[in-house]
Amino acid sequence: MTLLIGAFTVGLILSLLALGVFISFRVFHFPDISADGSITLGASVAAVLLVAGVNPIAATVAAFASGLVSGAVTGILHAKFNIHKLLSGILVMTALYSINLHVMGRSNIPLMSATTLTTFAERLGSYILGSGEIVLVWGWEVTRRDASVLVSALFLTSLVGLAMYVFFRTNLGTAMRGTGDNAQMIRALGVSDENMMVLGLSVSNGLIALSGALLSQYQGFADVQMGIGMVVWGLASVIIGEALVRTPSLGLTIAGAVMGSVLFRLMVAIALRWGLNPTDLKLITAIFVFAALILPKLLDRIRESRVRAANA
Amino acid sequence: MLEIENVSKTFHPNTPNEVRGLKNINLSLEEGSFVVVIGTNGSGKSTLLNAVAGTFLVDSGKVTLAGFDVTDWPEHRRAGLIGRVFQNPFSGTAPSLSIAENLALAARRGLRRGLGWALAKQVQSELSERVKTLDMGLDDRLDNVIGSLSGGQRQALTLLMATWLKPRLLLLDEHTAALDPKSAEQVIRMTQETVSRERITTLMVTHSMHQAALLGDRLLMMHGGEIIHDLGGAEKRRLRPSDLLERFEELRREEQLDEIAAEMLRASYV
Repeated sequence: MTLLIGAFTVGLILSLLALGVFISFRVFHFPDISADGSITLGASVAAVLLVAGVNPIAATVAAFASGLVSGAVTGILHAKFNIHKLLSGILVMTALYSINLHVMGRSNIPLMSATTLTTFAERLGSYILGSGEIVLVWGWEVTRRDASVLVSALFLTSLVGLAMYVFFRTNLGTAMRGTGDNAQMIRALGVSDENMMVLGLSVSNGLIALSGALLSQYQGFADVQMGIGMVVWGLASVIIGEALVRTPSLGLTIAGAVMGSVLFRLMVAIALRWGLNPTDLKLITAIFVFAALILPKLLDRIRESRVRAANA
Repeated sequence: MLEIENVSKTFHPNTPNEVRGLKNINLSLEEGSFVVVIGTNGSGKSTLLNAVAGTFLVDSGKVTLAGFDVTDWPEHRRAGLIGRVFQNPFSGTAPSLSIAENLALAARRGLRRGLGWALAKQVQSELSERVKTLDMGLDDRLDNVIGSLSGGQRQALTLLMATWLKPRLLLLDEHTAALDPKSAEQVIRMTQETVSRERITTLMVTHSMHQAALLGDRLLMMHGGEIIHDLGGAEKRRLRPSDLLERFEELRREEQLDEIAAEMLRASYV
């Protein structure tokens, strides 16, 4: 049970990464792989501040802000200096590796003794659930810590998802979606597509850094390597989400990305439980994304050939 | 309204692909006039429109629009004054946004876009009212994505979007060239109605001699990056499609003559 709850919690925390990747990949068609760097940036900024005794909420907000800046840099490299999309992301990602080391001062910061958002969640949990170590949820025994952290993560993720939905329905957010869809049209309607892209990537990486900050507080450490392959992880969540909801509707796509992240994390947890070697995790992730990308087309082709065979 | 003074533009300068798009163009449009531009392929008619729209900045000269010197303004800033319809029906709308969202984007052309709800109640009621006037059966499909519409429907919507807030200048770039004859006729009728009802200053490029003769109160004919004919008033009203064809034929003969001359020169000197 602890395993499942842990997977659920990490899935929810990483769904913020999925939402960030959704903005860059799906809204702007921008394969922004600097996500690998900005998730670590968020984690390191939060960790350093937490160890220094800064209030966890302030530290998390600062991590979000650091992601805003990193995303804006990627956006400016592409929009203002006409650097290829992929290359802009790679440049920022590479630069962030050094920056993250500078921020942390070493390659790993443990947060075991620091007061974090997890501590806050536990306190809130004991306030609501009482002081018992074990609580019963639908007959299952769950530790108070796990339950309160899970509920807090769920609350926070829903809040961010809802805010994102509302934002993309405003005048500014609609213009942003229009930019990714048809930049020529959006310029003809008086919007600077360059500014929109900078702003959009900024928000995207802000969410990703936020995700990193929460992850480090949940797992109790920040590590300079923790971002490797995260962009693929986010993409996998978005793709699974799209397969789950099967509709272009904005609200459902956002909800789908969150569900996709949780489902993907659960699948990984179960696979590890069954004895998957953790060394193979990234390989399996990559293969999984590959399969998710080609399967829909493959299925279509099979269906078409069946129709042809039936008509022949 | 629109003043173009000594405007030149060369693409790919100092390369084998150098193209002199516009050669020292001078043009002045009066408020409320409807000017049609025709010309052969590569004559510079679309380049002229793009120079006004700000797709690129001109090499030399000055563009003044509605009293503003817009020569150095980027495209999106000029869009506050200009409504545009493109040749490609896919260019003017965002395919994965709904009809209503596309129109709501157009309803704030050139205005600040903040965190107000894009499809507020009052915007929506205005939307459905104006879409009804299109008479294309789209009023109960406002929540459908644009991608599901035909080229003609998209072009009609783009025209509606370009003129949603009355533009100081409307630029139409062969906006019926990619449509089937029936849709083209519908869009042209709509263009005529909108332009004359709102008295919008319009610059329209067309490939159709028929449209060129029938529409507008002034006709420009372009060739080789220059305006070679400028017909207005009674002369424009008397104009028939056959007259235009004749002028094109003249051009062709002149060019052939040039070619023959060049061939003769080559023969005697090379």
